[in-house]
Amino acid sequence: MVRFENVGLRYGIGPEVLRDLTFRIEPHSFQFLTGPSGAGKTSLLRLLFLSLKPTRGLITQFGHDVATLSRDAVATLRRRIGIVFQDFRLLDHMSLYENVALPLRVMGRPEESYRDEVIELLKWVDLGERMWALPPVLSGGEKQRAAIARAVIARPQLLLADEPTGNVDPTLAQRLLRLFIELNKSGTSVVIATHDIALMDQYDARRLVLHDGRLHIYD
Amino acid sequence: MAESDRDEMQAPARMPPPRMAGSLLPRFDTPLVPRNSISGRALVAVVAIMTFLASLTTGAVILVSGAANEWQSDVAREITIQVIPAPNRNPEATADKAAAVARAFPGIGEVRVYSKEESAKLLEPWLGSGLTLDTLPVPRLIVVRIASGAVPDMAQLRKQLAEQAPGATLDDHRGWIERMRAMTATAVAAGVGILILMLAATVLSVTFATRGAMATNKIVIEVLHFVGAKNGFIAGHFQRHFLMLGLQGGAIGGGSAILLFLLAGGLSRWFAGSAGGDQTSAMFGSFSIGISGYIAVLGQVVLIAVVTALTSRQTVNRTLEMID
Repeated sequence: MVRFENVGLRYGIGPEVLRDLTFRIEPHSFQFLTGPSGAGKTSLLRLLFLSLKPTRGLITQFGHDVATLSRDAVATLRRRIGIVFQDFRLLDHMSLYENVALPLRVMGRPEESYRDEVIELLKWVDLGERMWALPPVLSGGEKQRAAIARAVIARPQLLLADEPTGNVDPTLAQRLLRLFIELNKSGTSVVIATHDIALMDQYDARRLVLHDGRLHIYD
Repeated sequence: MAESDRDEMQAPARMPPPRMAGSLLPRFDTPLVPRNSISGRALVAVVAIMTFLASLTTGAVILVSGAANEWQSDVAREITIQVIPAPNRNPEATADKAAAVARAFPGIGEVRVYSKEESAKLLEPWLGSGLTLDTLPVPRLIVVRIASGAVPDMAQLRKQLAEQAPGATLDDHRGWIERMRAMTATAVAAGVGILILMLAATVLSVTFATRGAMATNKIVIEVLHFVGAKNGFIAGHFQRHFLMLGLQGGAIGGGSAILLFLLAGGLSRWFAGSAGGDQTSAMFGSFSIGISGYIAVLGQVVLIAVVTALTSRQTVNRTLEMID
């Protein structure tokens, strides 16, 4: 599904923040991405999300060499990837329902075709009663779940989450982890970037550990 | 995702079935670009004010240029024949002869010989009233109006007057026309210069106001980009939104300017006949900018709206380039 070969990344003329990354993300797999602050987790997530191009090496996603893709092709490919941002990035002028439905709306699908699907997913993440609330009135946990719902509504093949439990209490963190595990069971490959060792200890999964820009894999 | 998986995570708080819930949902079609933002309203205000000022400038240039053409053509449509008194010459007979020559000349509309009394009246402001002109060698004047659309051969007329009415000289106001032409050309050039500066200022201020309004929309661009929207889709939405804002501001500014011109035209007709009204009318003509003026104002409204739309598109593209 995703293949990195000797990938290196530097910003401008600075030092390489990621060095010689070689790994694969297989279909239906689950992995935690961890490492100290500044180790390059967010940069690696951005490479996986096609919002950065590597300065060297080869990245293939869903069989495409990302270096050769046009902007529109990248946008189309990105629809197969869901991402949960650490700061949620919900649109404040839209209701929760509309925020979650956004990926389907930009695909050009008519509203009637996805209405039930969105409502069902919102109920599944326990936001059924808040679906027409605007994000500014939601709690951190509610925003987090809405961001996760938006990331998975288009049934992505790969789900990336950047510190998805960073803003929630341990109970909700556990619930969110269960949610990711269920998504994985339904066929989505999941990459969770986290510092939270307690969270990783709750589920036996592959760990990608970044240290000084290099990747160590613990299967 | 399998149905069973979702059921396992079913939230405790239950909603009505989707069909019922659907009918309760009030906000399905919120535009992707936020409406009624403070920056959006500020942009409409900037566009309205700048369009109003640019339209006033355009109207003023059209008025000055139209009035200048009218003055020029008024002066050019009239020529004067002077009969200068000289010993051994009867000025009355020469004037009548000169008038007859002018009347018979092709392209001449109306010929009027000023009587002695009329000539005295013309001199009154300088020499005072109760003057006996018999003691002064006052030239006799013949005012000749050129027929509309005709271009008489002045050299030929001058020649005929010299032959048939010696002592009569022709003044075709060429010197005045040259001065008038230079003056009006300067006035119109200055007006066009001011208009160009005004349009440049309008375009620049609208561009910066649009960029300001776009700054608050950066997160919208980013989110749309990350959920898989193509660049053209995002740029198209913003362009349409900002085109509407530009048209809205332009309609307010341009519409106000048009109303002001209509009002000024109405007032100038209302005051026609009064001393002030006549003086204003002599300076600026009928105070109407005409169909071409209104078209120019509408053209400006469209131009400013297009500038707003294109600036938003350019800002979206620049933002997207910075994201990737």
